[in-house]
Amino acid sequence: MSDQFYNAAPQETLIAPPRKSAREYPASPPNNVYLFGTCVVDLFFPQAGMDAIHLLEREGIRVDFPQGQSCCGQPAYTSGYTEQARAVARSQLKLFANDWPVVVTSGSCAGMFREHYADLFKDEPDTLLQIQNLAARTYELAEFLLHVCKVQLADHGAPTQVALHTSCSARREMNTHLHARALLGQLSQVERVEHDHESECCGFGGTFSIRMPDISGAMVADKTQSLLASGAQQVVSADCGCLMNINGAFEKQNIPLLGQHLASFLWQRTQVKQEPRV
Amino acid sequence: MNSQRIHAVDITARNLKANARLSLKDQQLRNNMRSAMDSLISKRIISMPDEDERENLRELGNKVRASALSQLPDLLELLEANLTKQDIQVHWASSTEEANAIVLDIAKARNATQVIKGKSMVSEEMGMNEHLTEHGIEALESDMGEYIIQLDNEKPTHIIMPAIHKNAEQVGRLFEHRLALPYTNDVDSLIQSARGILREKFFHADIGISGVNFAVAETGTLLLVENEGNGRMSTTVPPVHIAVTGIEKVVANLQDTVPLLSLLTRSALGQGITTYVNMISAPRQPGELDGPEEVHLVLLDNGRSQAFADSELRQTLNCIRCGACMNHCPVYTRMGGQAYGTVYPGPIGKIISPHLLGLENTPDHPSASSLCGACGEVCPVKIPIPALLRRLREENVKSPSQQPQIMDGQGSRYSSKERLLWKGWQYFNSVPLLYKTGTFMATRFAGLTPKNLGPWTQHHSAPKAAARSLHELAKAHLEKKS
Repeated sequence: MSDQFYNAAPQETLIAPPRKSAREYPASPPNNVYLFGTCVVDLFFPQAGMDAIHLLEREGIRVDFPQGQSCCGQPAYTSGYTEQARAVARSQLKLFANDWPVVVTSGSCAGMFREHYADLFKDEPDTLLQIQNLAARTYELAEFLLHVCKVQLADHGAPTQVALHTSCSARREMNTHLHARALLGQLSQVERVEHDHESECCGFGGTFSIRMPDISGAMVADKTQSLLASGAQQVVSADCGCLMNINGAFEKQNIPLLGQHLASFLWQRTQVKQEPRV
Repeated sequence: MNSQRIHAVDITARNLKANARLSLKDQQLRNNMRSAMDSLISKRIISMPDEDERENLRELGNKVRASALSQLPDLLELLEANLTKQDIQVHWASSTEEANAIVLDIAKARNATQVIKGKSMVSEEMGMNEHLTEHGIEALESDMGEYIIQLDNEKPTHIIMPAIHKNAEQVGRLFEHRLALPYTNDVDSLIQSARGILREKFFHADIGISGVNFAVAETGTLLLVENEGNGRMSTTVPPVHIAVTGIEKVVANLQDTVPLLSLLTRSALGQGITTYVNMISAPRQPGELDGPEEVHLVLLDNGRSQAFADSELRQTLNCIRCGACMNHCPVYTRMGGQAYGTVYPGPIGKIISPHLLGLENTPDHPSASSLCGACGEVCPVKIPIPALLRRLREENVKSPSQQPQIMDGQGSRYSSKERLLWKGWQYFNSVPLLYKTGTFMATRFAGLTPKNLGPWTQHHSAPKAAARSLHELAKAHLEKKS
């Protein structure tokens, strides 16, 4: 009976990788960074990308925006189209030739670089070296502002209450919830309010929202209701995939709330006077 | 591969989306599930409050399971040898049909007419109750949750708490109708009534059936945890005890069960230990006053060797069936367990069922997840459930003829049209000129976005592209600066 197992290479049994230790950050901010804007920001939330640039430039950093950038490959990867995801990932790998940090305006795309590119190229040792290098210098925006730039934000906005939504992969792969909370915590006039089941998924999940609209719809309906019930005047998130989902549902349900990218929220509140943007 | 396996398909597994649509509208179900899962989530974390300790234990659990799987063939043979030495009869079944035939043969040899069952998900997998009933043998569930759903002709909604989708009022009404008891919603009275009925049944049963939590190879021990005492009754009172389990449940030695038990009961119910921990190693010995005359163990494959054959998918077999992934899953919490149409629901069900039933019979299961990662974060043996779901999606959209054949039903969602679409997506995103032209058009003609975008606009307004892309804004800004 058990003969059939002997052909199955028992030595190939996988052990879970050890827990990651806390990330170490450079002692001082760099002179240059690349910005990876992400495809959703590019098309639907470009101002968030611009506000990220403003925030970085205010810290004295020169921002380079490689014009060849498009998408990190996540939609195809999570849909099982690994080959297509790999081709897109390969095209993005070429963009970051200098050894500058890569700052990403979405935690899930940063997580794609840091956690999943290695899986995409597991059979290409040379590419893997390149990916380790990229992963080591990839940061989600909130993380970069907090731990690398060590920003001190001065709040010039009116008192307000905000609810923070964090994308699941940003939370689990990049600790974005902690970084975003710390940044919001620096704003003296901003009170962050919790919402019910805050750590629960908003139901986006990329193509999941299209393939399983009923389940995804039930999830986002609960999320919008709990954001509404929190009493927050504003909703903030560092991930535009979630924002597209949540904002689309707010509008469909005529809920008078609109989620904003963390970069825009931070930039708007911390300018002494309203300078013309862009 | 698995040529002997004949699919015993619950037809509803193919209708996950339609099932989900129905159950999502059941507000009573939604409320019952939400409050039950919230309570389980908080009990788990209260029982493992120290993060370091919890994470160390999970790492140990993972290593113990991986170590067992790495020597699975040897451990199974050692288990068989030791159990046989101790007069426990070992039977091997590659399919559920074979397993049912083995159980029926044992029952016939004893002229059995009544079987009482402790809780066993493998017996659910086999459809044992239906099989025995067809052959004139009464099979009665004795676990309280299983008893409730058997009375209501339902399938378990959860692997640990089969009737968790019902509240006390619903159970009270069920007992009123099916058992002619006066209505009450008092949980203790309901349980006492059912226990009275079941106790009588234990004395008249010819055979007791149970599952197994861990089969210990070195000592030939079948380890079974439970809280109600029905497991001990089922395995000691009737003259015959048949244990049924999957081949992956074997561990090397008793030491290995210690971290696994700590993880199992805490992850499942937030319990430090269960009320009963049964260790069965032999039938009744001469001079002993109780215990069964015969003990059998049925070891079932049913697709598990298919998962075992691939090192990534093999991690599926780490599972110790605690149900924590279900308790933390936002999809499971909303649609309940029955909508999956499979014996094992929730995240673990989505990665194990394709091996048991074939991907062609579970085509939507790998996709019914936002990959939020809540399951993988709590899994006591660190199964990378989101990564395995993604892998199954890959197997699911492969061309059915692509070699090697990793899974039965590979490519069940293959669509040349969809593949072409992703191919187009690939060129769009890897050829900058195409991307720029595309985003230029999208921004300039944003006003033409149709109001109806199929599934997306069921729950959202249509998204509108901005007037200028970030590529354009950033370029203008950076040029101005330099």
